[in-house]
Amino acid sequence: MSQYVPHTQAETQAMLTELGLANVEALFSDVPQSVRLASPVALPEGLSQMETLQAMEALAERNAPYRLTLRGAGCYDHVIPPLVKQIAGKEEFVTAYTPYQAEMSQGILQSIFEYQTIVCELTGMDASNAGVYDGATAAAESAVMCRDRKRTVTLVSACVHPDTLAVMRTYGYGTGDALRVVPQWDGRTDLDALLPMLGEDVACLYIQQPNFYGILEDVPALFAAAKARGVKCILGANPMTFALLPSGREVGADIVCGDVQPFGLPMAFGGPSAGYMAATAAMQRRLPGRIVGQTEDAQGRRAFVLTLQAREQHIRREKASSNICSNQAHCALTASVYVTYLGLRGLRAVAGQCLSKAHAFAEMLCGIDGVSLRYPGEFFHEFVTDLPVAPEKVEAALEKERVLSGLPIEGGMLWCVTEKASLAQLQHVAQLVKEACAK
Amino acid sequence: MSETVWLSFEKSVPGRYSAVIPEPDPSGYTLPDRLLRKQPPTLPELSEIDVDRHYTALAHRAYGVNCGFYPLGSCTMKYNPAVNEAAAALPGFAGAHPLAPAHAVQGCRAVMDELAQDLCEITGMDAFTLQPAAGAHGELTGMLCVKMYHDSRGEANQRTRMLVPDSAHGTNPASAAMAGFTVVNVPSRADGCVDLDALETLLGDDVAGMMMTNPNTLGLFEKDILKISRMVHSSGGLMYYDGANLNAILGCARPGDMGFDVTHLNLHKTFSTPHGGGGPGSGPVGVKALLAPFLPGVASLGDQDRPQMKAFHGNFAVMVKALAYLKALGSNNLRSVAEHAVLNANYLLNRLKAIGYAPAKDVPCMHEFVLTLESIREQYGVSALDVAKSLIDYGIHPPTMYFPMIVHEALMFEPTETETRETLDHAAETMAQILKDLQANPEAMHSAPHSAVIGRPDEVKAARNPVLRWTPNP
Amino acid sequence: MEIKNDRLYAESHEWVLFENETTATVGLSDFAQSELGDLVFVNLPQVGDTVTVGETFADVESVKAVSDIYSPVTGTVAAINEALLDAPQTINEDAYGAWLVKVENITAKGALMDAAAYRALTEK
Repeated sequence: MSQYVPHTQAETQAMLTELGLANVEALFSDVPQSVRLASPVALPEGLSQMETLQAMEALAERNAPYRLTLRGAGCYDHVIPPLVKQIAGKEEFVTAYTPYQAEMSQGILQSIFEYQTIVCELTGMDASNAGVYDGATAAAESAVMCRDRKRTVTLVSACVHPDTLAVMRTYGYGTGDALRVVPQWDGRTDLDALLPMLGEDVACLYIQQPNFYGILEDVPALFAAAKARGVKCILGANPMTFALLPSGREVGADIVCGDVQPFGLPMAFGGPSAGYMAATAAMQRRLPGRIVGQTEDAQGRRAFVLTLQAREQHIRREKASSNICSNQAHCALTASVYVTYLGLRGLRAVAGQCLSKAHAFAEMLCGIDGVSLRYPGEFFHEFVTDLPVAPEKVEAALEKERVLSGLPIEGGMLWCVTEKASLAQLQHVAQLVKEACAK
Repeated sequence: MSETVWLSFEKSVPGRYSAVIPEPDPSGYTLPDRLLRKQPPTLPELSEIDVDRHYTALAHRAYGVNCGFYPLGSCTMKYNPAVNEAAAALPGFAGAHPLAPAHAVQGCRAVMDELAQDLCEITGMDAFTLQPAAGAHGELTGMLCVKMYHDSRGEANQRTRMLVPDSAHGTNPASAAMAGFTVVNVPSRADGCVDLDALETLLGDDVAGMMMTNPNTLGLFEKDILKISRMVHSSGGLMYYDGANLNAILGCARPGDMGFDVTHLNLHKTFSTPHGGGGPGSGPVGVKALLAPFLPGVASLGDQDRPQMKAFHGNFAVMVKALAYLKALGSNNLRSVAEHAVLNANYLLNRLKAIGYAPAKDVPCMHEFVLTLESIREQYGVSALDVAKSLIDYGIHPPTMYFPMIVHEALMFEPTETETRETLDHAAETMAQILKDLQANPEAMHSAPHSAVIGRPDEVKAARNPVLRWTPNP
Repeated sequence: MEIKNDRLYAESHEWVLFENETTATVGLSDFAQSELGDLVFVNLPQVGDTVTVGETFADVESVKAVSDIYSPVTGTVAAINEALLDAPQTINEDAYGAWLVKVENITAKGALMDAAAYRALTEK
């Protein structure tokens, strides 16, 4: 038998005999003959465990092994401390099911309660759910939270991640609600263009901070304008920035959402990660997905339990505001472990390193002829440069030294610097860029 | 083991710190004050040893597939192979940026292409998207494909209804509603299968399609599936397959051969990727060629005017685990999964019947079965919930409770093929003991479990006065 | 099981207390709250909304279920019992005092029965 089916021939036979059946085919008598497969599914033959791992290693080796990653655009190469991996790798955390049986899942439930608290503290909001698929779907679900009978239109800044916009549009296609894009000006959401768009049918405004170009938006001004017209404010934020930048509460957000990937999750070709969603007390019952609450048992012992479940699909069915089940629990747990381990001081260290190294690198690049910052204004750890040559040329030059350059966008390059880069490495890369730009 | 595990926040000691990342040079760039946060967040301050012990304590209060039997119906809690985890952790995969140039991530592309190809063969579909992050997400994707298909033929405003069996999982109607459809429930017959006569009356040119799972949520194969598909297709609708129960027919039959046009799969069920305490999973969607134009793309890679379900490519690390699983199984071992899943379920059902439990339908099952404890409730006042909670005292994870909704006092068991005969025998003996317990002392059952770290939590209090976060003392 | 004589009942267990021909308050019967169990949340319509006979206009949540509440009349919502939003258990404690909505401009009524007929229904 295969390695994942433990039955011996003898056991299978004995079990069939107990059931009064001649063979395993008899178990499938309800499946119409015309539908039963006559021959095995066309896959390669099964491999031993050793060969399986070798085959997977061979596939992994077909990826270019970069020494340094200077590309962000929604997926960031941060240090993942060994303790985080070790804790996240505990089998009970990896293989448990959703904690519907509270008495035997207090560990999972407590970890989610701690995660929810962390998200509330970072965002300044009153309540958080247990997580959703990612930052892009969190944005789409946040927009749904804001709609009511009169206000159904979502405004999205042109400066958000293109995938976020595409996902919001897709979800809007399902519900039939309109989405309008607020134009950008000089790499930021255009406040003047926003004002006339804040009509009586508008439910919410979604702003990404930092935005896709890495630039810091003037969120207080944008949100004040929206609030004045009765429009709800959704802040889509890289959670790492809350170590330095104002919380959602401080800028007037009704909902704060984003992706926890920067907190201890590998890039892994873009997934899995988890989206976080946090809201004011007034909006907390509209949060989709799972939520853990604190209560007691009959002996007065503190107990954690999945709560407010009557919002969810398994109870509301077609009347649920969202169909979501998964809270990407293991990713949320990993992020929670990372933040708990680093603490505020550690997060400030990471964020501070990103900020200062990115600015140092930007200065190095701007010292090159023909290279300049495309947009004015403050940035965190990403920025766009204009280049005197095609960005693909710079990309190729850096790749020869196993460095993943910034992302080519609109003829320029969106760079990202994290704490992993050393100043020496950045200086070397700047030199490579200079050589690539010399014509 | 009953003492409180304090929250990380409660264990915090001001000044505790592990220097993991060096602090930045003070001469480095800083943002102007006006742009900085005014009110700092309160986060735990713990030493490394305390962090390690805290999560160890939490892990001790969790129950994984590594701990024991986990017969949750409809969840397919099969063993999660260690080799899959090792594959996903390979630095070549873990360190891949989703927007790296194509030639630099050939390994990732190959994983996705090979998995998609395998899934096409397994399901009899023509094309797959691996982007959806979970089963429900895949359902939404599939529903949107159906909507886009009808839209492309100018019939989206006409075909607004989606048929869903009354035995369906809650995500089915929720997903259909999220895609803008009006959900129409299709009743089941007494034998638990779709009522064809009722279906006939519900079909019309306002129907976009029908969602089904096969075997259904009672663990019974819908024998009339070919007829149902013909009926729905004749009225211009499409057939959607919820792949949650694929484990029952893996390698033995394919939804594509049963008339289904679109399907979602759950890599975290059928394909052995771990449940993670509630995710991440992965919900690939397969389609027949007629729906392939409507599969999602990736905007940040330049796909214009394609729908998109989440950022980037999907839950790639989960795909790696599923591919490793399929490589290990191969064509020669695939059927054995379904065969032993169905064997194990029937074996356990038979033993439980012999002990005195009543199946919802007294017929052979497929990979899962449903018991009804209605007569136990009538006779002893003991509910399905009470019996489920008692299993916790015996170290076994309860089965799925109160689903499907069409069965009263339901308990749904799905052993999966990775359980040994001894485990099934032990589970049956435990259930026999519980039956004796509830006959002898029904009152005690209402407060089970008695040996877990907490008793039953007060869920009413939790919902009426939600406390959803820890709050620092003022 | 208390069944007050001063009001009418719908088959779906809502009570209606008419102030006059076109104004009434609506709530859930004692039988209904006992069947529903401990209520944890109430979703009420907004003032100004239209309610229609036989269609759902509100729902109540217990821990494990959501139950739709059907309007026994057609009209406009004049007032909602906001206190229920913070204390849904009032419906369990005092079903006849815990009104859900007040409806005005009533133009139609559903099939309503008196206390005696309702008692017979609940005893079946």
